[in-house]
Amino acid sequence: MEELLQVKGLRKTFTLSAKQQKLENTKEKVKVAVDGLSFTAYKGEVFGLLGPNGAGKTTTLRMLATLIKPDAGDAILDGASVVSQPELVRSKIGFLTSELKLEDFFTPNYQFDFFSGLYGVKPEVAAQRKKELFERFGIDKFAEVKVGNLSTGMKQKVSLVVSLVHDPDVVIFDEPTNGLDVLTAKVVTDFLLDLKARGKSIIVSTHIFSLIEKICDRVGIVIAGKMVTCDTLEAICAGKPLEDRFFEIYEEKVGRIDE
Amino acid sequence: MNNIMTIIKKELARFFGDRRLVFTTVIMPGLLIYLMYTLMGEGMMKQLTTADDYVAKAYAVNMPEDVKMMASSLRMEWEDWDGNPADKERVLKEIEEGEKDLLVYFPENFTADVEAYNMENKAPNVELYYNSEKSNSETAYQMMQSFLKGYEETMVNKYDVNAGMGEGVFGKYDMASDAGIIGKMLSGLLPMLIMTFIFSGCSGVAPESIAGEKERGTIATLLVTPVKRSALALGKVISLSIIALLAGVSSFLGTILSLPKMMGDEVDLNVVSYSISDYLLLLVVIISTVLVIVSIISIVSASAKSVKEATTMMAPFMIGVMLISILPMLGADIGGKAAYAIPLFNSVKAMAAIFGFKTDLVMALVSVGVNLVATGLLVTVLTKMFDNENVMFGK
Repeated sequence: MEELLQVKGLRKTFTLSAKQQKLENTKEKVKVAVDGLSFTAYKGEVFGLLGPNGAGKTTTLRMLATLIKPDAGDAILDGASVVSQPELVRSKIGFLTSELKLEDFFTPNYQFDFFSGLYGVKPEVAAQRKKELFERFGIDKFAEVKVGNLSTGMKQKVSLVVSLVHDPDVVIFDEPTNGLDVLTAKVVTDFLLDLKARGKSIIVSTHIFSLIEKICDRVGIVIAGKMVTCDTLEAICAGKPLEDRFFEIYEEKVGRIDE
Repeated sequence: MNNIMTIIKKELARFFGDRRLVFTTVIMPGLLIYLMYTLMGEGMMKQLTTADDYVAKAYAVNMPEDVKMMASSLRMEWEDWDGNPADKERVLKEIEEGEKDLLVYFPENFTADVEAYNMENKAPNVELYYNSEKSNSETAYQMMQSFLKGYEETMVNKYDVNAGMGEGVFGKYDMASDAGIIGKMLSGLLPMLIMTFIFSGCSGVAPESIAGEKERGTIATLLVTPVKRSALALGKVISLSIIALLAGVSSFLGTILSLPKMMGDEVDLNVVSYSISDYLLLLVVIISTVLVIVSIISIVSASAKSVKEATTMMAPFMIGVMLISILPMLGADIGGKAAYAIPLFNSVKAMAAIFGFKTDLVMALVSVGVNLVATGLLVTVLTKMFDNENVMFGK
């Protein structure tokens, strides 16, 4: 299998303000969000980062998307370094998280064209892609409605479509189904499987076991900023449901959950 | 380069697609200034002048015959009063209430007292009772006062200074050209107004475009695209400059069109004729100024967490810009040529020179150059800020 992404010793710390220190009940000024994380993902597979809230999944994905810079370590994505070639990395990926918002003022149609322009997609290619994606997600009926007037689910679909204007080979998706209603969540998971079928590589983060079981080929379990285990879904599960295995691993590494 | 254009197009589409925004930033300031100045000018005129054909009604006590003769040329309707203290209250009340405009009270033996006057005894006093709240009364008072001064001069006249209609043996006494006088006035006033308009134009749109995008999380969507941060910074600064320039032009037109009404009829703006090259130079100076101000406001906006915070943080900069723009009003050539090295202050100086008919092409171009370099530096700072996760995502 061809390597797509090599994450090597990524580390990210945040400085805590006096107020945050009090809130987290700690005297430490620096919080380590990601602590020397390493893993490898391969082309054409769906890689899932699994972990509880605050484990450092989102921080890791934001570093991969070059929104924030690692304190140490690097990640090579399809030959481009997130530290030294952030623009090249950005041109190869589609990054999606609920943190990325679209301006309420513009219509989905305008947004698609605008972002196609920024990614340097040729107008005729963009038009064709827009037609396909808008139809697939049912945005075509709302193409000329300002984003601000769309329903929450429709907004999320538009965000998803806009992050894919350049048909990236690598899709990084932070908590893909978080906050989505059951119908939209189903559309999104089906779409991810569809992307995989088209040979795209996908990296997702989630704390939802069923999602991992449904779409992922390989899983990395992240706890407190560290990669605890990383293997194929089958190898990790070893015949048991993922949920059971996760808690076994958690207790093995961290201790009893109710302690 | 393409990306800069894409960003500019989006920013302009955002602005011009919002009719309310266009109205409040571009159309309203000019319109408001025009209406406000026009009303202010007319109000001031009304206060200061009475209707031309008004005939003031005045009481005269002990008015000598020769004075009466001369005073008949005034627009006044005289009524003699014997000065009987019994009628005092009625007469004063009439003046207070505006039924009469003036009471002129001569001492009983005025003519004799004047003739007997020498340095040793007290000069006879003519008393004028009036009500300065009523403009008719005020005008009558002024008229009578200057009439009496003139009358006094005819009694003791030894020599005059600059008598006649402002012209002597060698021609006009005041050598200043009409244009020069107005130029001096405009060179003090207009640079300040222009700077203020540009600043308020920028501050109407920049916080929304940068701090607003941060606040709403839409800037992150731009930051995950392969667009260079410098392209983003330049795109924002250029598009905001275009909008700020439009807002500035609107305010400027409002001012220029209302100026004649504000200044009254004495100021004939037709004598002010700047050449096309003056206007062009002015435009270039203004554009370079807009770029500097927009860059400053963009940096302030980028460092703010919300639109509200950006607007608050802008206040000190507004005061700073106002301060440097009133300096030419103080008249002196502050700082000499060296001051042209200071961005924005050089714009004020260059504009003052152009409006004062003292255009200095070299120094104006130096100002433009300095401002462009300053813009370059500021855009670099803005680029660094767009690339700084603490600035962009810091909570």
